[in-house]
Amino acid sequence: MSGVLVVMEQRAGTWNKMSFEALAAGQLLAAKLGVGVGAAVVGDGLQTLGAWSSSGKVDAAFAVEHALLTEYTADGYMAALEQLIKRLAPAYVLFPHTYQVRDFAPALATRFKQVLISDVIAIHDGPVFVRQLLQGKLNADYRQTGDGPCFVSVQAGTFRAEEQQNTAVAMEIFTPTLESTQIRNKPGELFRESAQTVDLSVAPVIVSVGRGIGEQENIGIVEELAAALGAELAASRPICDNGWLPMERQVGSSGQTVSPKLYLAVGISGAIQHLVGMKGSKAVVAINKDENAPIFEVADYGVVGDLFEVVPALTKAVLAAKS
Amino acid sequence: MKIVVAIKQVPERDAQIHVTADGKWIDESDLNYAINEPDAYALEEALQLKEKNGGEVVVVCAGPERVTSTLREALAKGADRAIHIEADDLGQRDTLGVAQILADAVKTESPDLILTGLQSDDLGLGQTGVVLAELLGVPHATIIMQVELVDGGLKVKRELEDGWFQHVQMPLPALLTIQSGGNKLRYATLMGIKKAKTKETKTVTSSTAAGAQAVTLERVYLPEKQKKTEMLTGTPAEIAAKLVEKLKFEVRVI
Ligand SMILES: Cc1cc2nc3c(=O)[nH]c(=O)nc-3n(C[C@H](O)[C@H](O)[C@H](O)COP(=O)(O)OP(=O)(O)OC[C@H]3O[C@@H](n4cnc5c(N)ncnc54)[C@H](O)[C@@H]3O)c2cc1C
Ligand SMILES: Nc1ncnc2c1ncn2[C@@H]1O[C@H](COP(=O)(O)O)[C@@H](O)[C@H]1O
Repeated sequence: MSGVLVVMEQRAGTWNKMSFEALAAGQLLAAKLGVGVGAAVVGDGLQTLGAWSSSGKVDAAFAVEHALLTEYTADGYMAALEQLIKRLAPAYVLFPHTYQVRDFAPALATRFKQVLISDVIAIHDGPVFVRQLLQGKLNADYRQTGDGPCFVSVQAGTFRAEEQQNTAVAMEIFTPTLESTQIRNKPGELFRESAQTVDLSVAPVIVSVGRGIGEQENIGIVEELAAALGAELAASRPICDNGWLPMERQVGSSGQTVSPKLYLAVGISGAIQHLVGMKGSKAVVAINKDENAPIFEVADYGVVGDLFEVVPALTKAVLAAKS
Repeated sequence: MKIVVAIKQVPERDAQIHVTADGKWIDESDLNYAINEPDAYALEEALQLKEKNGGEVVVVCAGPERVTSTLREALAKGADRAIHIEADDLGQRDTLGVAQILADAVKTESPDLILTGLQSDDLGLGQTGVVLAELLGVPHATIIMQVELVDGGLKVKRELEDGWFQHVQMPLPALLTIQSGGNKLRYATLMGIKKAKTKETKTVTSSTAAGAQAVTLERVYLPEKQKKTEMLTGTPAEIAAKLVEKLKFEVRVI
C-alpha cells in the first residue's frame, strides 16, 4: 500500500462520528493523488461496530485487535499502529483530531521521525495542508518535507462526505504483538461531574459571554440582556475557568453542544473549540471589537464594536420592543 | 519531587497581527508577549504540587532573548530556577526540532515530573508535550485538570470531549500536558518579584542547529471570509434598533 490510511476511532463498540469526516478527507486526498484508501480501527471485539457511514470507497479495512487494546492507552495504540503502518507502508496517515488522537498521534509520528500536521481544515493540491494559527486569526499552509509517512489530523466539522450512506465494510483482522508490560498507564472509567442543573441544549435563545467582558463584575450587563431576551446565559471556557460562571454553562468541545434559534456571542473570539459547540445554531449574532475575530465567520449578523456600549443599548431596545 | 515546567512565550491575545511582507510569519516588531495561558496553569499545578509534597520547580523556555521576561515572571510566582534555551531560529524548527532542544535541556535535570501546556496560543499544535515525552521515553497523559501523588505514582484527571472525564494512574517519571481551569492562578507578589532577582536563570544554547524539517510552514495569510455576515453599523442605539428588527422579523425570537 502506498496510498492513504485513515485511522478511525471507536469506544466500546461505538464509532466516534468524526471518524467518517477523516475518512471523507482521506478519500478526497486519495482522489487527488490517484491512490487507494485504506481504513483501520483499533480495539477488541470490533465485529460489533455498526455500519460505516461513507459515500466513497474503502479499498481495504483493518480491525487492529488485541485484548490489551480494549481500553485506550497511548502505549497500546502506538505500539499497535506502529506495526500496522510498518506493514502497510502508507504515504499518508489521517486521523480525526479528537482528544484521543491528540494524546497519541504526535508521539506515533515521532516514532517514524515525522511530525503530525495537526487540526487541518483544508487539503489543496500539492498536497498542501491548511491549519489555523493564533486561534483562527490566521491560516497557514504546511507541506510535508520529511520522507516517512505523512501524518495528518483533520479538524471537526471541516470534511463531510457528500451523501452519507450506511455501508458494510469487511475488515481484515490485524493482530499486533503486545505485552502488558509495554502499557504504562492504567486508565479508569469515564465519568461526568455531578448532575447538570442547566441543559443548554434545549434552550431556544442563548446569550453567551466571553473574555471580552474583562471582569466578573461586568457580567451583569450580559445577564440583563439575557433576561430581556428570556435567554439562557452561557459562556466560553475562560469565563468558567475563572469561576465567573459555573462550568455547566460552558459551550464548546469540552462543554455543552447547543443549537438554539439564536446564539448571541458577546466578546467571544470564536476559537474552534468554542465553535464546535454552537455551530448548529439557527442564527448567530456576534458582538466583538475585532473585525477579524473568527466568530464572524459563523455569524449571520455581526456588530464590530465595544460590547460595553452595544450590549446595554441592545437590552434597552429589546425591552422597549417587548413592552 | 523535582518538576520541570515548559513554558512558552506567545503574542498577547489582543495583539494586532500583521503578516510579514514575505508571507512567512507575523511581524513581531510591535508585539507584546505573555506566557501561553495553559502554561500558566501548568506552572500553577507545579507550584501547588511542590507546596504539598516539597521539592523544586524549574521552568524552561526555548526562544530569543525576549522570553527571559516570561521566565522572570514565573520565578516571581514561585518557581525556584529557570533555564533559558537560547534559540533565535524556532521558526526553522518543526515540532520535533523544538521538542528535541527541550528534551536535551530537561534530560540534564532528570526531573520526576514534566509539565507542559496542552497547546500554544500561537502555533496551536497541541503536540510539543507529547513528542517531548516520547523523546524522553516517559509515559504521558494529555489535557489534564488535576494531579495527585498516589503510591509513588500519579493519579490524574483527564478531560475528554462533551463534559466527560477519566482518571488515569501512571508511574513516575512522567509528562503531563495541562489544560486550563484546573486551579486558580496566583499573581506574583511584590515579595515574589523581589526574590526572583536572586534566583538563578541558566542560559544554554540550543544543543543542535536547526536541521531538515519533516514539515514546513510555507505561508501564512488572513483566512478568506466564506460566510456572508450582515454587518450592522451606526451608533450603539442605531445598531441596537437594527438588531431588534432582525431578531423580531428574521430570527423571530422577540
Ligand atoms: C482541548 C481544548 C478544549 C477547549 N474547550 C473549550 C470549550 O469547550 N469551550 C470554549 O469556549 N473554549 C474551549 N477551549 C479554549 C478555546 O481554544 C479558546 O481559548 C476560548 O474559547 C477563548 O475564549 P474567548 O473567545 O472568550 O476569549 P478570547 O479568545 O480571549 O476572545 C475575547 C474576544 O473578546 C473581544 N473583546 C475584547 N474586548 C471587547 C470589548 N470591549 N467589546 C467587544 N469585544 C471585545 C476580543 O476582540 C476577542 O475576540 C478549549 C481549548 C482546548 C485546547
Ligand atoms: N519554545 C518553547 N519553549 C518552552 N515550551 C514550549 C515551547 N514550545 C512549546 N512549548 C510547550 O509545549 C506546549 C504545547 O505547544 P504546541 O505544541 O506548540 O501547541 C506549550 O504549552 C508549552 O508548554
